[in-house]
Amino acid sequence: MKAVISVTGKDGVGIVAKVSVKCAEFGANIIDISQTVLDGYFAMILIAEVSNLTMTFGDFVDAMTALGKESGLQIHTMHEDIFNSMHKI
Amino acid sequence: MSIVTRSDILETINMIQHENLDVRTITMGISLYDCVSDDVDKLCDRIYDKITTKAENIVKVGDGIGKKYGIPIVNKRVSVTPVALIGGRADADGYVKIAKTLDRAAKEIGINFIGGYSALVQKGMSKGSEALIRSIPQALTETDFLCSSLNVASTKAGINMDAIYMAGKAIKELAYLTRDRGSIGCAKFVVFANAPEDNPFMAGAFHGIGEPECVINVGVSGPGVVAAAIKRAGNCDFGTLADIIKKTAYKITGVGQLVATDAAKELGAPFGIVDLSLAPTPAIGDSVARILENMGLEHCGTHGTTAALAMLNDAVKKGGVMASSSVGGLSGAFIPVSEDEGMIEAVQVGALHLNKLEAMTAVCSVGLDMIAIPGDTPVETICGIIADEIAIGVVNTKTTAARLIPAYGKVVGDSVDFGGLLGTAPIMEVSPFSSAAFIQRGGHIPAPMHSLKN
Repeated sequence: MKAVISVTGKDGVGIVAKVSVKCAEFGANIIDISQTVLDGYFAMILIAEVSNLTMTFGDFVDAMTALGKESGLQIHTMHEDIFNSMHKI
Repeated sequence: MSIVTRSDILETINMIQHENLDVRTITMGISLYDCVSDDVDKLCDRIYDKITTKAENIVKVGDGIGKKYGIPIVNKRVSVTPVALIGGRADADGYVKIAKTLDRAAKEIGINFIGGYSALVQKGMSKGSEALIRSIPQALTETDFLCSSLNVASTKAGINMDAIYMAGKAIKELAYLTRDRGSIGCAKFVVFANAPEDNPFMAGAFHGIGEPECVINVGVSGPGVVAAAIKRAGNCDFGTLADIIKKTAYKITGVGQLVATDAAKELGAPFGIVDLSLAPTPAIGDSVARILENMGLEHCGTHGTTAALAMLNDAVKKGGVMASSSVGGLSGAFIPVSEDEGMIEAVQVGALHLNKLEAMTAVCSVGLDMIAIPGDTPVETICGIIADEIAIGVVNTKTTAARLIPAYGKVVGDSVDFGGLLGTAPIMEVSPFSSAAFIQRGGHIPAPMHSLKN
């Protein structure tokens, strides 16, 4: 199962590192990253394989949200099925 | 991107973050047939035990699914078998006892509404139904989360005018008994024609007579998403507009189906239906009225509103059915006045009146919903308003309903604030001319013809 993690906020040094370190720590394997900075605004979409998390998916969502709060970023973690159900026939 | 495109991901996130996309309700329908007893106390014990067992985890499961998909699931609710069918030999006091039991069970499991304090009286009234109707004012005054409904008419049975008269009296009494809270009791009572048996939305939800032991129904929402999509489309013709609404409804409903499937699995109950409704809230950006205005109407309620709503309602259904394996409930755009900031404004600027709302209900779900009228409105006038609304449903083979609040002590120009999702209702003007002699006739209006349609 895959999760889509979106990260947005003011650009700064080490955002990708912070998020990817947490993913590694929790056993989320990053399989796709798309990232850009527009007018100093950072936006990243990260897709991760989360079948082997060291915690429940709910706790992973909370941990990533908390990381966002600590870092002044907005981090949303969502199961991939919501995108499939909305955008695929 | 490996699964869906980057723009699809951003679109979904934007809908949730900025356009108020949410799942309005997961409602568990629970049959109470096996609770019956000739002893009211025993009946109440069985009801309490069954609800708190079957729906014990509904809030936890709902919140968990919300977290998994990153989408708010606003309400978790329960609907039960119409209580008049299982009340047995209970008198009005016995019914109030059942009402309090349902309320207590709702509080125990942490849901915010429980529906099904209901009777189906379209053709006539059993003793139990009559006792239940008489108990409604006290039952809804002495409980917090209980919702009540009556089905007073159907296309096949015609209109039970005696039941409408009783409902009108109950509404008036409820308004008085809850006068210190803006007559809020009336917001928990709805009168139906052709009531759907699998509706997950309150106040009208009940677990119909042909439903399984336990079932999960989900109501989607998303007026803000549709309004934003229409605004982005700019100046296009109606065909293009209908297509945009259909595609948006497909996406919204897809989320509902996903949530319903997950909830059913986790709660160990079969999936019933997804209700394809655009359900507004008082929040800015969550309004059905604004959708109509984004189509090009200066204010909701002006000429063209009924046509705009008809198109919206139809396109939502066409887009939604494709995304769900089973659709039911009310399925259409809701037009409650107090729960929709655009409707409230339309009333306040004088663009929207009761007569136009009545016309709008002929082309959408559900009916005259959350409409506050002067506190001194005579019972027979209230019944006249209900009868008109019900007749529209009966003749057009659709569901219609009335949820009217004769706000005690209030007059046109005032408004009444219920707080939360129920919102703020400006008092609307009713006709000063009497319906009394008409309503006082009593009896039954026969079922309509189904040929010679004109």
